[in-house]
Amino acid sequence: MLAFSYAAAPDTATALDLSGADANAAFIAGGTDLLQLLQEAVIAPRSLIDINALPFVGVRIEQGGARIGALTRLSDVADDAGIQQHFPLLAQALLETASPQVRNMATVGGNLLQRTRCLYFRDATVPCNKRQPGSGCPALDGLNRINAIFGGSEHCIASYPGDMATALLALDADIVVQSLQGERRIRVADLYRLPKETPQHDTFLAPGELITAVLLPSNHAARHSHYLKLRDRASFEWALVSVAVALEMDTTQVRKARVVAGGVGTKPWRLVQVEDDLQGRPLTPDQARQVGDLAGDGAAPRAGNAFKVPMLKRAVERALLMAGGIT
Amino acid sequence: MDNLGQSTPAPDATFNIDINLTVNGTTHRLAVDARTTLLDALRDRLHLTGTKRGCDLGQCGACTVLLDGRRINACLMLAVTVRGRPVTTIEGIAEDGELHPMQTAFVEHDAFQCGYCTPGQIMSAIGLLGELRETDAATIREHMSGNICRCGAYSNIVAAVRAAAGKGS
Repeated sequence: MLAFSYAAAPDTATALDLSGADANAAFIAGGTDLLQLLQEAVIAPRSLIDINALPFVGVRIEQGGARIGALTRLSDVADDAGIQQHFPLLAQALLETASPQVRNMATVGGNLLQRTRCLYFRDATVPCNKRQPGSGCPALDGLNRINAIFGGSEHCIASYPGDMATALLALDADIVVQSLQGERRIRVADLYRLPKETPQHDTFLAPGELITAVLLPSNHAARHSHYLKLRDRASFEWALVSVAVALEMDTTQVRKARVVAGGVGTKPWRLVQVEDDLQGRPLTPDQARQVGDLAGDGAAPRAGNAFKVPMLKRAVERALLMAGGIT
Repeated sequence: MDNLGQSTPAPDATFNIDINLTVNGTTHRLAVDARTTLLDALRDRLHLTGTKRGCDLGQCGACTVLLDGRRINACLMLAVTVRGRPVTTIEGIAEDGELHPMQTAFVEHDAFQCGYCTPGQIMSAIGLLGELRETDAATIREHMSGNICRCGAYSNIVAAVRAAAGKGS
């Protein structure tokens, strides 16, 4: 680990001031991804600003929606009775995230900003356009089993690894961010960038912006939602493919559908065509199979990850059946 | 001084941050470098070597300790961010010379082979019981997934945790 300086911010204003004063500073909260990145010299911030004392902790359910403080630990969100009642999709995705130890440490804000697990990004001894712009992308023709089949460019095919953001996208969530310029709201759907020419930028957050909360609007999908995560072992593993489904139903007919895939895109990937085909129709096993077949449209698989296309189709089918209570 | 073959600290490493670290009921005052992890502080500064270093990346669970009664990976936490909260390690769970019931259960169920992962397994299992989840075998397996045992003592570990939870094996 390279040396860095450390300052604990007693309040938000100090955290933002410290961050504004050093372009090479990083915020640290739970630290579960940051410590891995530091240990493996993937990043080398000059200073860390500890934001753990800031008052962005806790879950508040109001009028069927929820406000989750960005410093709330993942385990506290997953175990929250209100989240389990109103947003079981989120609780389910979080319980399948990482390990119990990591969930006790990792925060909601930090989880949104976790970096990719691409093998080349995490290995500081090899080229990677995301880690070192312009150095090349060995994943394109290398070990790309875990990489993205949607959203990649000739510069980067790193997949977004998280479960929570995939569920949040299906729940139409927003985040609140603060900076020296004030406060703004961003849809989770608008948070992540495609790699295009600049894969070093994961998100549209400006330097120095701090996530303070996640906002979940009320919905009518709690009884018809499901998070399906497929991975190399039963627990404590990243998704090869995951699917978050949130359905609002009129008896047997789908009124509104959100279907989002994880592990397959350079960002959490909304399957709009699947959603459109579900809308206004009864959800049946045949329908689930047919719309599942649409899930691979537009995919650009590489040699090592072509298996994700059929896996995604059947995962969508399965998740829809589970969400609809049909199995 | 000839440093050949030894690890050399980075030139700007400074042990200039004073922290209070409360471990197993005793508060220690330490001057640490910002990079010092809680695991480094426990093992190298306080010589509490029961907490093991496995992967140093939060992936194996050998370094599991309790922070404020909740299980965490000591390798993923900087010592400066502990902020006075109480830490419990494997050295701190026996009382008056009596093994903790979880330790006894591990011994009785032969829940280890080489023993390297065992302190982390035991601390994690104690943390798990504090979370008041179901204690059927499937739940224990899922919620012990942050601890890897390369000897493969998993079935006996599950039996030990169930026994300590009072459900028998």
